[in-house]
Amino acid sequence: MASKKYAETDRDRCVACGACMKVCPKGAITVRHGCYAAADKKLCIGCGKCAKICPADCIILKERAEQ
Amino acid sequence: MNKKHWYDYLWIWSIAYFALGFFNILFAWLGMIDFILPILIAVIGGNKYFCNNLCGRGQLLNKLGTDCKCSRNKPAPRWLASKGFRCGFLIFFLTMFGNIVFQTYLVGAGAESLKEAIKLFWTIRVPWDWAYTAGTVSDWVAKFAFGFYSLMLTSTLIGLIMMVLYKPRTWCTFCPMGTMTQSICKIKNRGKEEAA
Repeated sequence: MASKKYAETDRDRCVACGACMKVCPKGAITVRHGCYAAADKKLCIGCGKCAKICPADCIILKERAEQ
Repeated sequence: MNKKHWYDYLWIWSIAYFALGFFNILFAWLGMIDFILPILIAVIGGNKYFCNNLCGRGQLLNKLGTDCKCSRNKPAPRWLASKGFRCGFLIFFLTMFGNIVFQTYLVGAGAESLKEAIKLFWTIRVPWDWAYTAGTVSDWVAKFAFGFYSLMLTSTLIGLIMMVLYKPRTWCTFCPMGTMTQSICKIKNRGKEEAA
């Protein structure tokens, strides 16, 4: 079952440092083309570790829409 | 958890660099690897593999901040990661690097003599004469080493202060190398972003 929340990056603010990628327990986050980090919504469990480590504070946890 | 790789220990390199430069300033030249490699990776590979996996400083800040709990883990002011500040800091840093190159030229041309000291935060002069024996190499080679070591030490100190005050890798948000490589990636991968 999918988690209630998932991580979403503010792509404009992201500095693509990769701190979130390193801390993600599911390997759901990748830094795309060196431009920004993005989480795979299907893999993300909404634990919030990435949001906590992000130095630019550009990751927020969003509620998943009801299926 | 993610599997450990050999490159996860590159934070040791970050410490080793300053240790080597403490005993022999000429080792400061090795810092050029940290300067050239990220740009090469960004230009050729079009990614930030350096920042993401190889940056010893980022790993060191994470190690001390997260593992050793030396960070308050508070959000940094929003403007620190803003485009304007990042760009301004990059320009400032490149100007300071240009200054090092110019000073090196002056010493090389014989217009100025070599001072065996480093400068912290671009203002505080710290004698560093034990790390160099005059005449070992050409004066300009030593001059650049002193200048570059100063730049590396100053930026690491800023990084450490930011780590303590805010989040471990706050430095990364305005790191000049990070700004430069991300800009290169953005230019190189224009149009690809939406496809991802």
